[in-house]
Amino acid sequence: MKLAEIKEALKAKLLVGEDKLGLSIEAGAGCDLMSDLLSRPMVGVVVLSGLNNLQVIRTALIAGAAAVVLVRGKEPDQEMVSEARSHGLPVLSTPFTMFTACGRLFKQGLRGIDQRLSD
Amino acid sequence: MPTLSKRFSIKARDYLRAGEVSIEVQEILKKIGFGAELIRRVSICAYEAEMNVVMHGGDGTLHLFVDTSAIALVVKDSGPGIENIELAMKEGYSTASEEAREMGFGAGMGLPNIKKNSDSLKIDSEKGRGTLVAISFEVKGP
Repeated sequence: MKLAEIKEALKAKLLVGEDKLGLSIEAGAGCDLMSDLLSRPMVGVVVLSGLNNLQVIRTALIAGAAAVVLVRGKEPDQEMVSEARSHGLPVLSTPFTMFTACGRLFKQGLRGIDQRLSD
Repeated sequence: MPTLSKRFSIKARDYLRAGEVSIEVQEILKKIGFGAELIRRVSICAYEAEMNVVMHGGDGTLHLFVDTSAIALVVKDSGPGIENIELAMKEGYSTASEEAREMGFGAGMGLPNIKKNSDSLKIDSEKGRGTLVAISFEVKGP
């Protein structure tokens, strides 16, 4: 699934990564616990989070995630935007709640990382 | 492959800068050209160790060593030390503050995750005497 399709499915605003809409996203993960993000391979994964702070961006970068979506209409502050921009990490904001946002992506065919682990 | 030794300082309770050191370590390893999986493992360990210093330690340092056969991280802090290392290694055991938990940390996964992602982990700590964590990774192939 392309990042542009994720943006559309989530009626999301793209805050960082205008040049990354063609990026292929292989799986999705929803988490507010940063330790969860660090405990599994996150390469090619879009991370949905209800936490809105600088550590979400840094943790996503360290974990190698492909993009971050902030749920419930949260918007990143300037520091988050510049950190994400300087490392080329796309950041989106969706008005939907975590459950609804995950459900919408799942309905579009995006699957979680558990599937990849059992392969 | 160049050999490298670089020391970074980490400030306790500075949640704004927390993680900057690990991102820099990740950039350095990318520039050298290590494989993605090795970089992922080292970056995760660096970040977990850095966050431990920020959350629990006094001020500290992270020292990155790179040579042809190994990568090592030595993380030292002047914090309160770990009273029971065996307990700290248990998944889910945490003494993190409310502030750290609000940031999404403090799930008690830090040290276990470092163990999982490294080839060797040594912890030297005593209550009241700070903590030294030495983590290493084998570099395989060319």
